[in-house]
Amino acid sequence: MSTTGPSAGNPASRFAPGTFVPAPGPGSRIRMLLAHARVETLLTLRHGEQLLLTVLIPIALLVALSLLDVLPGVDGAVAGSGGTGARVHEVAPGILALAVMSSAFTGQAIALGFDRKYGVLKRLAATALPRWLLVCGRMVAALVVVLIQVSLVTLVALALGWRPELAGVLPATGLLVAGTAAFGALGVLLGGALRADIVLALANIVWFVLLLAGGILLTPSAFPPGIAHAVTLVPSGALAEGLRAALMDGATAWTSLAVLMVWAVTAAAAASRTTRLT
Amino acid sequence: MDDGDVLPLVVVNEPATPSLRLADGDLPAASARDGTGDRADAATPALEITGVVKRFGTVTAVNGIGLTMRRGHLLALLGPNGAGKTTTVEVCEGHARPDAGTVRVLGRDPQTERAALRSRIGVMPQGGGAFPGVRAEEMLRLVASCARHPLDVPWLLDTLGLRECRRTPFKRLSGGQQQRLSLACAIVGRPELVFLDEPTAGMDPQARLLVWDLLSALRADGVSILLTTHMMEEAETLADHVVIVDAGRVIADGSPRTLTATDPNVGHIRFRAKAGLDTGLLTAALPEDYLVRELTPGTYRVDGHVDPQVVSTVTAWCAQQGVLAEHLHVGGRDLEEVFLELTGRELRS
Repeated sequence: MSTTGPSAGNPASRFAPGTFVPAPGPGSRIRMLLAHARVETLLTLRHGEQLLLTVLIPIALLVALSLLDVLPGVDGAVAGSGGTGARVHEVAPGILALAVMSSAFTGQAIALGFDRKYGVLKRLAATALPRWLLVCGRMVAALVVVLIQVSLVTLVALALGWRPELAGVLPATGLLVAGTAAFGALGVLLGGALRADIVLALANIVWFVLLLAGGILLTPSAFPPGIAHAVTLVPSGALAEGLRAALMDGATAWTSLAVLMVWAVTAAAAASRTTRLT
Repeated sequence: MDDGDVLPLVVVNEPATPSLRLADGDLPAASARDGTGDRADAATPALEITGVVKRFGTVTAVNGIGLTMRRGHLLALLGPNGAGKTTTVEVCEGHARPDAGTVRVLGRDPQTERAALRSRIGVMPQGGGAFPGVRAEEMLRLVASCARHPLDVPWLLDTLGLRECRRTPFKRLSGGQQQRLSLACAIVGRPELVFLDEPTAGMDPQARLLVWDLLSALRADGVSILLTTHMMEEAETLADHVVIVDAGRVIADGSPRTLTATDPNVGHIRFRAKAGLDTGLLTAALPEDYLVRELTPGTYRVDGHVDPQVVSTVTAWCAQQGVLAEHLHVGGRDLEEVFLELTGRELRS
């Protein structure tokens, strides 16, 4: 019969005594936050489908809609200078809103759904990483990704002749942050509650519906009056309209900002109750 | 269960009382091993649960489990599939809220004092537990960054044979590599207590030996370890304390020694010889109550009290058959027998 008890201090062990003497304790919060945000960002940037959704589709739409006269209400002639330069002027703000929605909402929800499915949240919940830091890490990662998206979209738009109102850059920045918070919270609300495959389907459907009817491609003025008002109250409509006001007219759309904040707070409150680790 | 005669060990149908559970009476380990915990709770058990019940809908996964694990001990939670092992561990980790009973981990309630406990325990969940696209080293570094004094990440990767695949995404690691990474994540923060849910499942024999060596070293350094396993050999080799659970209840509890070496009438001889020998002759040659079986072609086993006379009878029978008994093994009861007797031999769904 083999040994009946454990062999404490086994001389044949490859581990020197004292190697694993306990020394527990939480790491520094800032290190945890940065490490978590870094991994989340890298995973998003490395993920091919995510890049398609968050970068390639917005840029392809930006180029196509600026070069082709396909959207009603976007008319180069009205803007005076005519052609591509005028169309990109009206298209670019909506594309920025689309980029935010793609990564902060759809990408976030799908990633969270699958992270839950694969037990990632359970694993991280077993470390010293507090729940609020877990959320902050994801938020920082979402903001980094949005920063990259906005930079790329802006560069392409500038190349297409876009000349945004400089007075609108500051309000636009505020709107982008608020939009990331609102869409991010909605993404967590969706991705944290349902099964991964259902999240995948729903997040894509919502993305498509909001793209077409949520004030991103079509401005609210393209809809009948009653519906137009509703469109400005959904997060996509608020963000896109706010960005148009800022970057086309240099105005600060306080209403849009307020609408996004309400969405962010409401969705975050709901998500904190419904989000499950598995 | 009514096997008091054949199984003179601690058989518990109701939640066990502490006196039954602390079978092999050393003093509580309140030594340098507990150097880092707060002094006040250094004498409390690493884990103490009583009467824990956990239901999922109409299914009762855990039905009144109680157990105590002392500081610096390795406790093996043994049981068939669906016995409630994983649920018990999840209740201890604070992932699942028990419907009844009390749970104390390092003297604290994992539900209400989770934040205080989290950095002191290490967890290896069953399967998964990493972003599908994360590289092995990134995952371990992320978990290490959550600890104040983590183990050296490159050293740990090297030790667990993960250096070659440190840049491989988690989803492309083999099952055994995923298990080793998960184990690394559980211990990288130098915890006082680790929960390992089937740590060697899916590992090849070399990796399993490495993990056993690692677990022995952790235990020798004063880390308290709760592991679940189906592997008797694992429990027998590593554990100070074995708790056998079935259908959500504790059915036996004690050190491997108290669980196995109890009844002198229970023993066995096992050997290999030519297949298809006539075991009837051997049965006739042995005293009554001995069971002779050919387990698999060419592997024979005699169950009953083993003394020199019995060994002589067996070898005489072999000589009579003109065969040489190879790998002749004389054994007492092992945990596998205890386990099968307690949990039944039929295959579970």
